[in-house]
Amino acid sequence: MWFHNLQELRHSASLANKVFIQRDYSEGTTCKFQTKFPSELETRIERSLFEDTVKTLNNYYAEAEKIGGQSYLEGCLACATAYLIFLCMETRYEKVLKKIAKYIQEQNEKIYAPRGLLITDPIERGMRVIEISIYEDRGSSGSSSSSSSVSGSTTR
Amino acid sequence: MHLGVSESMRECEYSQISTRSSTPMETPYKKKTPKRRKWESFPGRNKFYCDGRIMMAKQTGVFYLTLVLILATCGLFFTFDCPFLALQLTPIIPVIGGVLFLFVLGSLLRTSFSDPGVLPRATPDEAADLERQIDVANGSTGYRPPPRTKEVVINGQTVKLKYCFTCKIFRPPRASHCSLCDNCVERFDHHCPWVGNCVGRRNYRFFYMFILSLSFLTIFIFAFVITHIILRSHHSGFLNALKDSPVVVCFFSVWSIVGLSGFHTYLISSNQTTNEDIKGSWSSKRGKDNYNPYSYGNIFTNCCAALCGPLPPSLIDRRGFIQSDAPQMAPPTNGITMYGATQSQQSHMCDQDQCIQSTKFVLQAATTPLLQQQTSDGRTALSLGGPCTSLPLGQPTPPTSTPSLSCHEVVDMLPIHTHTHNPMAHHHFLTPEEVPSPPGMLPCGSPMGHSPTVQAGFYNPASQDSLHEDSVRGLVKLSSV
Repeated sequence: MWFHNLQELRHSASLANKVFIQRDYSEGTTCKFQTKFPSELETRIERSLFEDTVKTLNNYYAEAEKIGGQSYLEGCLACATAYLIFLCMETRYEKVLKKIAKYIQEQNEKIYAPRGLLITDPIERGMRVIEISIYEDRGSSGSSSSSSSVSGSTTR
Repeated sequence: MHLGVSESMRECEYSQISTRSSTPMETPYKKKTPKRRKWESFPGRNKFYCDGRIMMAKQTGVFYLTLVLILATCGLFFTFDCPFLALQLTPIIPVIGGVLFLFVLGSLLRTSFSDPGVLPRATPDEAADLERQIDVANGSTGYRPPPRTKEVVINGQTVKLKYCFTCKIFRPPRASHCSLCDNCVERFDHHCPWVGNCVGRRNYRFFYMFILSLSFLTIFIFAFVITHIILRSHHSGFLNALKDSPVVVCFFSVWSIVGLSGFHTYLISSNQTTNEDIKGSWSSKRGKDNYNPYSYGNIFTNCCAALCGPLPPSLIDRRGFIQSDAPQMAPPTNGITMYGATQSQQSHMCDQDQCIQSTKFVLQAATTPLLQQQTSDGRTALSLGGPCTSLPLGQPTPPTSTPSLSCHEVVDMLPIHTHTHNPMAHHHFLTPEEVPSPPGMLPCGSPMGHSPTVQAGFYNPASQDSLHEDSVRGLVKLSSV
């Protein structure tokens, strides 16, 4: 059990490596990430946990980009109001992105940070990759972390 | 001579102190650097207004022409034709005209000002990772690597994904690099000068609504101006009628705009982009089994998907603040240049490297003939102050010893770049195009399509200190001639 929270992870550990999960374009241009388990993570995390995370993210993105009744309604309503309606409410895509951000933070706190890993939200990398940072323990186990005012995981 | 060196460096410093309030590069002791927004260090050739809310291409002259044409035509219509028609026929005519006009204007502004779906450039770590993977796959470490492609099967069709040397990414399918804006754009349709922006995934529907409504508006105006002339000619003869109403200015534009709307209607119904149609990517002439893998099969679904589908958010986060506390990995040891970062610390730190590189290239371009010239050495030293601007592309900087080169961040590098090369080109035979362009800078005025010529691997970050020494020595040499 290395780190108890993300703040400790950031300030006590040094960044060793980054793994990039690339996009899977086999189904077209919809946002989907490869579920292939990278070899650098073999010693760090169980394959099933990783695959679950990626599959859940893929499902979220599929939901955001789904073309169906609700998206048509939203599109027509937006067109009818000359897109002014988006001053008041946010698009379905943005709502799902918020859910994704929360999910990633939760996963980081519960699963990845305890293993010395950190997932960066793909939206911060232009939806090209899921960046997983691998941290090495510097030696000091949390006694030096004094910054309680540092904000949470995903930097915006 | 040290004097010459320090003078030129001081020149560099004086000419680049920014009058803007953003990030002075003097000392590391300054704690309070004002926060800058990401659009200010955007690597593409776009222009931003209203603090990053509005994004347009670099050349906007034709866009203003479009605005003037629309406003002038509608203005003339409402002033000269509408009063007559409202009285003679019905007052609904100006109302409908007004609604159409507002719709056209709204969709035009929306198309022009929004982000077309620009893909942000790869961070240095990503680019390094990709390079490593490609090297492993190829096994070759050529000076200039061959064009890189990846093949992927989409719905049964094999699609080639090209590697973009400027953005350091493999382009997603249907994305393309716009050479005018120097960005990769998702679902790139075309770069429209009339609209002053690229047309891509995020603004295609607005573009389509613009041309559709504009064609309705022009047909509307055309029809009612003709009606006006006909009605007037009953009273006072044809020639007099023509005199009283303006000449039909939108006669030619009707056909071109209606034609364009028809073309885009066809594209939407077959779910193709202009880019794909022009290249004939999915035409059956290429092969019997060639079909469009993105099409949904029927026209209605294709139209709905293009026009009413979900609108993805902008990926470039123009108005976000630049974070300077993100942890960075050590620079890669494979000796290949890293650039294309969107992180600001890179863009702040690249100034010195850029100075060194620019110096090096100027020296390369101008060695022998320049030493024989009597003039221009002073100018060379001075003109090096010009290009000591940090490319927003940014590079990782190994710790260097001279922080005194404070450089001034400019969004558009190219005019300055051209300016430096001109004194050189004047004195000898290398044209600006032949001068080896520093990495990250496209040759000026290159009319190319989608493959920018950036030389990767041209510059080794491991030898920066020696380069710096060379450049200093070079400056000394020039100033003493």
